[in-house]
Amino acid sequence: MTPTTGKDMELICPAGTPPALRVAVDAGAHAVYCGFQDETNARNFPGLNFSRSDMAAAVDYAHQHGTKVFIAINTFPRAGAATLWHRAVDDAAALSVDAVILADIGLLAYAAGHYPDLRLHLSVQAAAANPEAIRFYVDAFGVKRVVLPRVLSVAEIADINGAISCETEVFVFGGLCVMAEGRCSLSSYVTGQSPNMHGVCSPASHVGYHESKGDLVTRLGNFTINRIPAGQPAAYPTLCKGAFRANNVSGQIFEDAVSLDASTLIPALCRAGVKALKIEGRQRSRAYTKAVVTQFRAALHAMASGAEIPHSVLAQVSEGQSATCGAYLKTWR
Amino acid sequence: MQSTTLTLGPVLFNWPVDRWRDFYFRIADEAPVDHVCVGEVVCSKRQVFFADILPNVIERLERAGKEVLLSSLALPTLKREARHGAELVNGRHMVEVNDVSLLPAVAGRPHAIGPFVNVYNEGTLGFLASRGARLVALPPELPRSSIEAIATGTPDVTIEVWAFGRTPLAISARCYHARVHGHSKDSCQFVCDQDADGMAVETLDNEPFLVVNGVQTLSYAFCNLLREANDLVDIGVSSLRLSPHMYDMVAIAHLFRDVLDGRRDADEAFLRSRDVCPSAAYSNGFFHRSAGALYI
Repeated sequence: MTPTTGKDMELICPAGTPPALRVAVDAGAHAVYCGFQDETNARNFPGLNFSRSDMAAAVDYAHQHGTKVFIAINTFPRAGAATLWHRAVDDAAALSVDAVILADIGLLAYAAGHYPDLRLHLSVQAAAANPEAIRFYVDAFGVKRVVLPRVLSVAEIADINGAISCETEVFVFGGLCVMAEGRCSLSSYVTGQSPNMHGVCSPASHVGYHESKGDLVTRLGNFTINRIPAGQPAAYPTLCKGAFRANNVSGQIFEDAVSLDASTLIPALCRAGVKALKIEGRQRSRAYTKAVVTQFRAALHAMASGAEIPHSVLAQVSEGQSATCGAYLKTWR
Repeated sequence: MQSTTLTLGPVLFNWPVDRWRDFYFRIADEAPVDHVCVGEVVCSKRQVFFADILPNVIERLERAGKEVLLSSLALPTLKREARHGAELVNGRHMVEVNDVSLLPAVAGRPHAIGPFVNVYNEGTLGFLASRGARLVALPPELPRSSIEAIATGTPDVTIEVWAFGRTPLAISARCYHARVHGHSKDSCQFVCDQDADGMAVETLDNEPFLVVNGVQTLSYAFCNLLREANDLVDIGVSSLRLSPHMYDMVAIAHLFRDVLDGRRDADEAFLRSRDVCPSAAYSNGFFHRSAGALYI
C-alpha cells in the first residue's frame, strides 16, 4: 500500500448504544463501529448494542452526516448454531452498512459467498499478524481492510503495509489486550465465558469483592485477581491486569492496569501506511466517546496541516490509569 | 471402523536438547501413539537448540512407525519466522499449521490444523477441509456440544481434541518469563529453560492459577479427559492429543490407549493417572461447558 497522509486517515470510533453513536458522529468520527444485541459481537455486555430497528435508525443518522457504519460480527459462530451469525451478516447487508467486521473463516466464507458486494474488514479477533496471513484473507474472501492485532511494533506495521494489497487499521486508544486477540481463553478458563465464543472477557457476573486483612480482594470466578490496600482505588479485575506471584515476584506479571494511548505515534503510524485509527471502548460512556473522538480529530487535523500533535490530554478518560504505547514500541515486549 | 488414534503434541517448553532428544527416543520406542508432532510452536528463538538433532529424532520416530508432523509457530511475526514456515511446508512431512499464514502454502495438499488455529464451527472446518486439511485439532476451550456438532458434520476429517496436559490459554508478543526475571525479550537469557513444565503463577492468596512459558500462558491444571475418552469417540472424535510434560508420558499414553481399547476402566485409569502425575491438579471444565479450571 502507498503511505497515507494525515488528510485521508480515518478515525474509527466505538458506538455501544444509539446515543453514543450520535455523539461519535457529531464529534466528527469518519466511521463508527457497533454490534447487534447478541453474542455475535465481541462486546456482548448487558445494556449495550443495537436492536435491528436501532441499527437501521443508526445507519440512517450516520449516513445523513457522512459517517460510515461498520458492524462488528466478530465472535466465532457456535458450532451447530451458525444461523444467528449468518442472520447478522444478512441484516447488515440489507442495511447497506459500509463494512462488516468479521473474524471467523467460516463466516467470512459465508459473507463472501452470499454478498460479493459487501465490504469485509478482518477483525482484530482474527489476529492476522503477518503479511502471509493477511494475504490469505484477502485472496480467499476479498477482505479490504485488516484490523491489526496489538502485538506489532510500528516498524513491523510498516513492513506489513509494504507487503499487502489491502488497508490496515490499528488501535490507538482505549483498553489494551495484552494477549494476541482472538487467541485467548484466559477468561473462559476462570469463568466459562470467553471473548471468542460469548463476546465477553472477565464478565461482571463472575466478579466478587470482599475485605480481608485490611485489603480489598477482587475475585474473578474462583481466583483472586488482586489485593488492594483499603482506601486505594481498585481497578476492575480484568484477568490479565491482575496481580499474581511467580518466581517469588509479586505484581502485575502480565500487564499493569494501563490503557493504550498511541496518540503521539499517529505521525509514525501514518508514515507506516496505516489507513485508519481505531478507538476502543464500545462499553464506555458518551462523555468518553465525545472526548476521545474530539481529541483524535484535532490530532489528525494538526497532522494534516503540518502542526505538531498536541500532547495527549486524555488522561482523564483512560480509566484513571496510566497509558502505554503497548507493542507499538518494541521495548514493551 | 478405524480405531481412535493418539497424537503426541509438540514439546511446548524449553527443554535441554538432550532431554528433548531422549524424550522423543523413548516415545519412539515405547509409547502407543500414532502421530508425533515435533517443532517449536511458542518461541522461534528456541529453534536453534534442537535444529541439528531434529532429523535424527524424526528418523527414529518414523522407524518406530509413528507418523511425524512438523508443527509450525503459533504467532509468527518476523521475516525469519515466515521463512521457517516456508521451509516446513517444502519438506516431505505433513505440516501442522498453527497460524493462518501457512494456509496458502499448504492448500491443495494434505495437512493438519493445530489447536492454535480457530476452528470453532463446521463452517470453518468445511472451508479448511476443502483445501486439504485432514487432521484438525480443535481449540481446547470448546465444549462437548460444539465438538459433537463439528465432528459429526465432516466425516472425511480426523477431529482431534486436547485430552491431556496443561492447556494453552493465550499467546502474546510479550515474554512474561523475561518480564518476571527483569529481562527484555530480546535479551531474555533463555530463562524459560528453568521451568520444564512452565513457571507457576499463583494468586496473591496462594492459589495455583496459571503457568507461563515464555510468550505463552497455559493453565496450571492439567486437562485430563481419560474419563471422557469413550464419550469423545461416541460423538465422532477420532484422535486425542496428549501434550508433553515431565511426567511419564509413556505411561499416560498407555492409559489412554487402554481406555480406548476397552482394556481398562476409565475411572480406574483416571485414578492411576494421579499416581503417574502425583503433583498435577486435573481439569476437564472446558469439555463440560464450565470454567476450564474445574474438574467436573
